Amino acid sequence: MQAVLTLTRSTVGQKVVVAVTGVILFGFVIGHLAGNLLLFVGPEAFNAYAAGIKGNPPLLWGTRVTLLVSVVLHVTFTMQLARRNATARARGYQKPRKDQITTYAARTMILSGPLLFAYILFHIAHFTAPGLDLGGTFHPENVYANVVNGFRTWWVSAIYIFANFLLGLHLFHGGWSAAQSIGAQSPKYDALKKQVAVGLAVFVSAGNIFIPIAVLTQLIGSADQLARAQAAFETEAVTEAATGAEEE
Amino acid sequence: MSDDTIDLRLHVWRQRGPGDEGRFADYSKYAKRISTHASFLEMLDVVNERLAADGERPIAFDHDCREGICGMCGAVINGVPHGHRTLTTTCQLHMREFQNGAEVFVEPFRATAFPVIEDLMVDRSSFDTIVQAGGYVSVRTGAAPDANEIPVPKQIADRAMDAAACIGCGACVAACPNASASLFLSAKLAHLNLLPQGQPERYRRTRAMLAAHDDAGFGGCTNHRECEAACPKGISTDFIARMNRDVIVASLTDKDGNLI
Ligand code: HEM
Ligand code: SF4
Ligand code: FES
Repeated sequence: MQAVLTLTRSTVGQKVVVAVTGVILFGFVIGHLAGNLLLFVGPEAFNAYAAGIKGNPPLLWGTRVTLLVSVVLHVTFTMQLARRNATARARGYQKPRKDQITTYAARTMILSGPLLFAYILFHIAHFTAPGLDLGGTFHPENVYANVVNGFRTWWVSAIYIFANFLLGLHLFHGGWSAAQSIGAQSPKYDALKKQVAVGLAVFVSAGNIFIPIAVLTQLIGSADQLARAQAAFETEAVTEAATGAEEE
Repeated sequence: MSDDTIDLRLHVWRQRGPGDEGRFADYSKYAKRISTHASFLEMLDVVNERLAADGERPIAFDHDCREGICGMCGAVINGVPHGHRTLTTTCQLHMREFQNGAEVFVEPFRATAFPVIEDLMVDRSSFDTIVQAGGYVSVRTGAAPDANEIPVPKQIADRAMDAAACIGCGACVAACPNASASLFLSAKLAHLNLLPQGQPERYRRTRAMLAAHDDAGFGGCTNHRECEAACPKGISTDFIARMNRDVIVASLTDKDGNLI
């Protein structure tokens, strides 16, 4: 028992938990983006993908619970560590170093993190629960239309673009950092590890930013595509069961 | 003026004790005609003689060996612990590194766990507390053992020596944005945890020294890597990753080293 407390109470142990949960979240955002890129295949493919997730409760709820637990642990421990770090140097340098080694991304983790938290709440409210009528009536199953309608509203797109820029910044530091925190380090692979981490961060960030841009520039979401997406639901009775909606 | 001396625009942190607010004092008039062959500490010696001659209180600073091996010296020079020259302690930093007329700010290592004693002198006994918590091997040593009685692979011996190069100066703490002593701690842990003699107490040691580190009020590592850039002995943050691995195993084993 004493031993396990090392993981939840010590600076290193807490950081290990932050890293493991960070990697889970990192893995999720990669998979999430991969699914979202089906928007470019077409409304049928995208809505079928959304329906597929919803039709698989073990997958849906397994993912939701894992993410919830990860976010709670990630946020709790980063906040505890940040508070501790703030008191570890009560009085700062009067003439601080100008040519710091650390990066902008590393120094602003404590800002990008909480902003991402706020964004995650907004994002879930927008597309999942309860589902917001941004740029059109929210339709729990026509996820394609929800995305297109939402992103046609300039400020909604602006929020997503900014948040995913922050996500890129968070992961720019987070990727390499998490490997180090978990102890996966060897001088031989250090450069490669940095490249993979940064590559994935850029992929996630740029990929997610591309979606609202594609909607705004009408690369996707034409009147024809929206009509096709809607047509699939015309035959069935449209229910307003917003609670069972899923994450697109 | 000869090429061998420089004038500095020198500002030194003066603080009477832990309770004092502290402030920079401009000692430019005491820092003229400084030999470029002098070390940084010798420059402070010269300034101190001139201060004393004027009836002023000399600047308090720590030092001992003055040859870069004991870890006693250390000040933050223009924002960098031990100054900008890499792999160099304050005592081994020479004034030829500075331009004539250079503006130089000198302040103490700043960390809650390193309270200022006076001026540039800080109390680093928290490092001793960390080492006392587990930086040893509990065996009866008896007479000196025969050489190579315990075989140690060359690679491991080299790595352990790299870790053992840490002189405990505290520059890593001073450089860290979180005032974390992770680099020092990880070096002290790796030094013993790598070697066969260190194995029996490996995870107990890891837990105990980490707890002592945290209790002393040091921050946690967020992988900025400022420490390894400031370290005069080139201790690598790879040792921090190694420590993190040991902490993970330590969290999953009981005090006898069995998996729980
Ligand atoms: C999509 C969601 C997120 C992902 C993928 C993610 C990923 C990561 C990763 C991989 C790390 C590095 C872990 C380490 O070095 O040990 C990290 C660290 C961190 N995260 Fe997150 N995170 C996310 C959300 C958040 C949120 C919501 C917050 C805060 C409210 C947050 C705050 C932090 C902080 C403060 C750190 C530590 C930074 C440091 O070491 O300086 N993160 N995150
Ligand atoms: S790790 Fe380097 S900077 Fe830190 S105490 Fe040891 S020698 Fe000094
Ligand atoms: S005085 Fe001993 S290392 Fe500088």
